[in-house]
Amino acid sequence: MEIIKLSALEIREKILSGELSSEEVTTAFIDQINKNQKYNAVLEVFDDAILQAKTMDEKIKNGFKGKLAGVPIIIKDNILYEGKICSCGSEFLKDYVAQYNATVIDKLLQAGAVIIARANMDEFAMGSSTENSAFGITHNPLDFDRVPGGSSGGSSAAVALDMCPIALGTETGGSVRQPASYCGIYGLKPSYGRISRYGVVAFASSLDQVGIFSKNVYDNALMLEVLAGEDKNDMTCAKVAVDDYTNGDWSCKKIKVGLPKEILNLAKGLPCEENLKNFVKWLKSKEIEIVDISLPNIDIALPVYYIIAPAEATSNLARFDGVKYTSRAKNAKNLDEIYKMSRSEGFGKEVKRRIMLGNYVLSSGYYDAYYKKAKRIQGELIKQFNRAFESCDIIIMPTTLAEAYKIGSKSDNPVDTYKEDIFTVTANIVGIPSLSIPFGKGEHGMPLGVQLMARKFNEKTIYNLAKFLEEERGE
Amino acid sequence: MQYDVVIGLEVHAELNTKTKCFCSCKNQYGQSPNSNCCPVCVGLPGALPVLNGEAVKKTIKAGLAMGFEINKTAIFERKNYFYPDLPKAYQISQLEKPICINGSLRIFDKDIPINRIHLEEDAGKLIHQGNISMIDYNRGGVPLIELVTDALKEPHIESADEAIEFLTKLRQIYIYAGVAECELEKGQMRADVNISLKPKGSAEYGVKVEMKNIMGFKSVYRAINYEINRQKEILDDGGTILQETRKWDDEKGESFTLRTKENSEDYRYFPDPDLIAIHISDEDIEEIKKSLSPLPDQLKQIYTSNYGLSEYDADVILADKKISDFYNQCVALYPQPKTIANWITTEILARIKNNEDIAISGENLIWIIKTVDEKKLQRNNAKELLSIIWGTDLDAQTEAKSRGLLSDLDQSVILGILDNVLKEKAEVVEQYKREKDPKILNFLVGQVMKASLGKANAQEIMQILREKLN
Repeated sequence: MEIIKLSALEIREKILSGELSSEEVTTAFIDQINKNQKYNAVLEVFDDAILQAKTMDEKIKNGFKGKLAGVPIIIKDNILYEGKICSCGSEFLKDYVAQYNATVIDKLLQAGAVIIARANMDEFAMGSSTENSAFGITHNPLDFDRVPGGSSGGSSAAVALDMCPIALGTETGGSVRQPASYCGIYGLKPSYGRISRYGVVAFASSLDQVGIFSKNVYDNALMLEVLAGEDKNDMTCAKVAVDDYTNGDWSCKKIKVGLPKEILNLAKGLPCEENLKNFVKWLKSKEIEIVDISLPNIDIALPVYYIIAPAEATSNLARFDGVKYTSRAKNAKNLDEIYKMSRSEGFGKEVKRRIMLGNYVLSSGYYDAYYKKAKRIQGELIKQFNRAFESCDIIIMPTTLAEAYKIGSKSDNPVDTYKEDIFTVTANIVGIPSLSIPFGKGEHGMPLGVQLMARKFNEKTIYNLAKFLEEERGE
Repeated sequence: MQYDVVIGLEVHAELNTKTKCFCSCKNQYGQSPNSNCCPVCVGLPGALPVLNGEAVKKTIKAGLAMGFEINKTAIFERKNYFYPDLPKAYQISQLEKPICINGSLRIFDKDIPINRIHLEEDAGKLIHQGNISMIDYNRGGVPLIELVTDALKEPHIESADEAIEFLTKLRQIYIYAGVAECELEKGQMRADVNISLKPKGSAEYGVKVEMKNIMGFKSVYRAINYEINRQKEILDDGGTILQETRKWDDEKGESFTLRTKENSEDYRYFPDPDLIAIHISDEDIEEIKKSLSPLPDQLKQIYTSNYGLSEYDADVILADKKISDFYNQCVALYPQPKTIANWITTEILARIKNNEDIAISGENLIWIIKTVDEKKLQRNNAKELLSIIWGTDLDAQTEAKSRGLLSDLDQSVILGILDNVLKEKAEVVEQYKREKDPKILNFLVGQVMKASLGKANAQEIMQILREKLN
C-alpha cells in the first residue's frame, strides 16, 4: 500500500481504524513534496504540519471522527491561515502573515484536516499558467516543459503529484477547472455563494469562489460537504441548505445532458472539438440522453469577464498601497511616491496590466460603455442559461481549447492567453457550479477535460453524473 | 454689483449605532488608538463587510424625520481613492440608489430642498507628530450619514446665517430622532460647503467653489462669509471664478486652493460586490415611522400653543433634547407646563454646568413645585432643598421634613410669632404707621419669616400686616 496514492476517504478510514496514524500519513505526503521540489508546486511546507498530525492522532484516540480526520490538505497561497505567510504569489505580500483564519480554514480544521502546505499560484490569481508567480514557475507533473495551468497551478500540480489527496484552489474565471484539466484531475468551481469567501484574498469579488482539486469524485464531494454553507462573515454566501454530496444517487441514467450548439462552433477545428464529440458519443453509449440546447451569446462571456474581473480587481488590490503591508518602496520621498513606486515595484506585469484595464473600464466616461454594459449582458447570460436548463440537467462543454501548452509559449501575447478562458469564464459569470472531469488526451498525450455544469446550487447533480461516469470508466 | 448667493451643504453625521457599519467593533469615541478595530474595519486582505441593520434603520429614521422618500432598493458602491486613513483605498458609500431621496428642511419659512441622505463608512484619523504621521483606525468603519442639499432647486440657502440655521436645525433633528449625537468637538458632525454667486436675478448658476471638512459652526459661518467676499471681489474686478476645492484655515481666517477641477479625483464608483442590495419594505418604513419621537418643530408647536409658553422659553427648553425630555416627563407628572417651564429655565438650567446631566429626578422636582404651589414650602426653602438633593439620590419629601423646611406651622402659631414681632419692633411699627414706607413693611415681613424659620408664607404675612397696620 502506497499511502500517497490513497484517497481522502481511504486515509480517513485507515486512520480511524488505527491502521495508519495521521503522523505517518502526513510524513509520507511531506516526503513526496520534498522529493518533487523541482516542480515548484508548493511554496512552503508548514513547520507545524507534523505537530498538527500528532495532535490529530490524540484527538482521534479520544473519539474524534471529523469528515477529514487526519487528511493532509494543501491550500492555495491566497487563503488566510492565521500565523502563516499568505503571499498570493506576489512580491508585495512575500512576508505577509495572516492575522486570522479564512472561514474555509476554520471548517477544514474543524473537520480534522491537517493543513500541510501552501501552493504556488499566479500573482493575485491573475493568469492561467502559474507562470506569473513572483516565486517562480510551476511545472506540469506530466510534462516538465509544460504549464500546469493556473492560476491555482500549484494546488493542481500538488494533487497530480500525490502531495495530498485534496487541495484547495480559487476560481474567478477557470483557475481551478483549467489546471485540473491540464493535470488530468478533478476540479470543481462551486456555485457563487456556495462557499464563504471570508479570508480569501479577493480578486474579483462577484466571481471568486474557493474550488476543490481531487483525484476522484467522492473526495471532491466530501470536501464540498465540509466547506459549503452560509457564513455570518460573508453576505454573499448563500443561505441555501447544503446537500449530502457524498451520499448521491450514483446511477443517474435519467439525467439529461445538454450540448450547446454554439460551443461546437467555438470549438471548431480545435483539439477540444473532437474530444467533446467523443465524450458525447461515450455518454450516448452509456444510454445517457443528449439534448441539443442553445446559449446564443455565450461567446460574449469572455469580454464580459475581462471587464468585470479587472474592474473589481483594481479596487480590491488598491489596498496594497505601500502604506500598510510589507512592500514599501525604499526611495519614496512623499505620499504620492509611496503609492506610485511601491505599486510599480511590488506588482508583476500581468497584475499591473489588469489594474490598468480595470481602471479604464471604471473611469468616468467609460463606465456605462464597459462596466455597466457588461453587467447587463451578464444578466442576459444568466437568463439564457436558465432557459437552457429548462430542457436539461447538465450542460457540457470542453474545459480548455487544447492540452497544456509549453512554458513560455504564450507569455508574449496576453490576449491569446485570455482567449484560453473562453469555456471556463461562463460558469463564473453565470454563477453556476462546474466540475472539470478528466476525459481524453491531446495531440501530445496530455490530458484534456470536460466540464459538467448544473443549475445554481445543484452541485449534487454534477457529482451524481461524474461519479456514474467514473465508475463506468472503471477508475 | 449685486449678487445672488447660492449655498449648497453636504453634512456628514456619525450615527450613534452600537457597532460599526460593516463589522461588530463598538462604535465608540475616545478609545486608545487602534484598540477598536478588526480585520474588516482595517481592510485586511480577505475581510468582508457585513451590513449593520441598525445603521440602515437609523438612516431611514433620519430621512423620515425630514419627509424623505425611502428607496425600496438601496445599494452600496465603492468610492475608490488613495489616502492613508482609508485602509481599503475605497470607501463603501452610496451613489445611484441612496437610502433616502428628496426631502426638505424648513428654515426661516423656507423649505430648503435636500437631494439625498446616504449611508457610508467613516475613515480613520491621521495624527501628525513632527516628521511622523500615524494612523488611528478606530474611527474607520463608523457609520456616517451624508446629507446633500439640492442647490439647483429653489429656495436656496443664501447666507451664512441661513446655513448656520440649517445646520443647527439639522443637528437638533438628528438628536431628537435619536440617530446621532452630533457632538461637534468630537467631529461627529462635519460640513462641506459649496458656494456660487450669480448676478442678482440671473437664472444661470455661477461657478461652484467647494470648501471641505470645516469643523464647528462658527468656522462654517466665517468660511462662508470669507468665500462670498472673495468671489464678490473677483467678479467685481471682472475676473472669473475657478472651479476648485478650497481648504479653510480657521486660525488664519482664510482659505486656500486644495485642488482644481483639472486634477479632481475620478472615484470610479461601482456597486460593491461584497454587499447585497438592501430591500426596504413598506412595513419596515411604517415601523420606523412609529418609533419616531416628536421633533423640535412639533414640540415647539405644543409648547407654545397648548402649553402657553413663550417662544423664547420653548426655544430654551428645546435647545437641548435632554432638557426637553425632562420637561416632557415633568409635565406628564404634573400638568402645570408654565410653572414647570419657569422652574426649569431658571433653577434647573442654572445648576447644569458644562453640559452635565440633570441631577434631579422628575419626581423630586415635581414634588417640590407642587408643594410650593400648595404653599407648604417657601420658594427660598424650595431652592435650598433643590441644592441639597441636586446630584444625590435623596428624596425631596424626606429631606424637607427632616430639615424642617416645610411650612407646616399652624395659623395660630404664625399669628403668635407675628404679634411678638410687632411688640418687639414697636418703634418700627410706629414709624411705618407714620411714613407708610413699603420698605418698612418688607422689613417686618422679613422679621416674621426669620422668627418662623422660613416656614411662614411671606405673602400671607404681608397681607395680615397690611390689614393690621393700615
